[in-house]
Amino acid sequence: MNLFRNVVFIAAIAGLVAGVALACMQAYATVPLILKAEVYEQAEGGHKHEHAAAPADAASGNAMSSAAPAASNTMSTATPAPTEAPAEDEGWAPADGFERFAFNVVSNVVTGIGFALILVAVSEFAGGIGNWRQGVFWGLAGFAVFTLAPGLGLPPELPAMPAADLTQRQIWWVATVVATASGLGLIAFRKSLPLAILGVALIVAPHIVGAPQPDSFETPIPEGLHHQFVVAVTVTNLVFWLVLGAVVGVVRGRFTGSATGLRDSFA
Amino acid sequence: MNTASVSLGASVSSQSRFMQLALAALLGTFIIGFVGFSHIDAVHNAGHDNRHSMAFPCH
Repeated sequence: MNLFRNVVFIAAIAGLVAGVALACMQAYATVPLILKAEVYEQAEGGHKHEHAAAPADAASGNAMSSAAPAASNTMSTATPAPTEAPAEDEGWAPADGFERFAFNVVSNVVTGIGFALILVAVSEFAGGIGNWRQGVFWGLAGFAVFTLAPGLGLPPELPAMPAADLTQRQIWWVATVVATASGLGLIAFRKSLPLAILGVALIVAPHIVGAPQPDSFETPIPEGLHHQFVVAVTVTNLVFWLVLGAVVGVVRGRFTGSATGLRDSFA
Repeated sequence: MNTASVSLGASVSSQSRFMQLALAALLGTFIIGFVGFSHIDAVHNAGHDNRHSMAFPCH
């Protein structure tokens, strides 16, 4: 299991570096927007899937808090006054502040290692990532497969945003990732026009089928805030994937003691 | 596809190579599935900000 051990080792280092980098970017770019959205969410009465608690929450809000949902359909991104919503009965959750940040770092690192394992394993089939520049290209591919393609049909959501059935969306997400990855692979590694056309068809197909959509798009989240969030998520994930690929290239280069050309890798 | 001098597991047979790489990819898939897709409340809440920020289907 020599190869397996090496793959895991490289993925662990790359996932750690990229995951910590992503958590730091999120702390400035995405988490503040999530916290803003949670204020709207609580003003509306807890999580979307906790509808039973909504009337009680609304009743307990003061005059200032009830102003928030009323102003919600405007384009404004102003933060409504914080409300003292009762604790949601959703089981354990990390306390706000440092604990929440720490858990975010941990889950980012774990996610990073998971993506890195897939990236390293798949790239080894194609000859391996020889240096940081090849890693950047592989990172771009990972970004396209895991962020861009599923994000077209299912844009990043803030809390309190309407969405279709969770399992249906997860199935569409996974299918889109698999189809996009296969399509890109056919285009990049098979020197045949029909297969390249099949690749394009695979990339387009999930969007023709269409992602599961909610019954209603009504939300207390201002559109401006959501747009900011979509941009922040997309850009932070782009940097994450570039860092992940580049670190894989550097660490793997140390392992093999040599670097292959991009041409060889794509051969 | 590869020259032995630049691949990670230079000495392994191609079948073993395939199995090990497939196993690594499977492990990665399992990890992503647990962190990003698990329906368990505690797992969801612990990785809540991450799930939203990675645009995993959430809630």
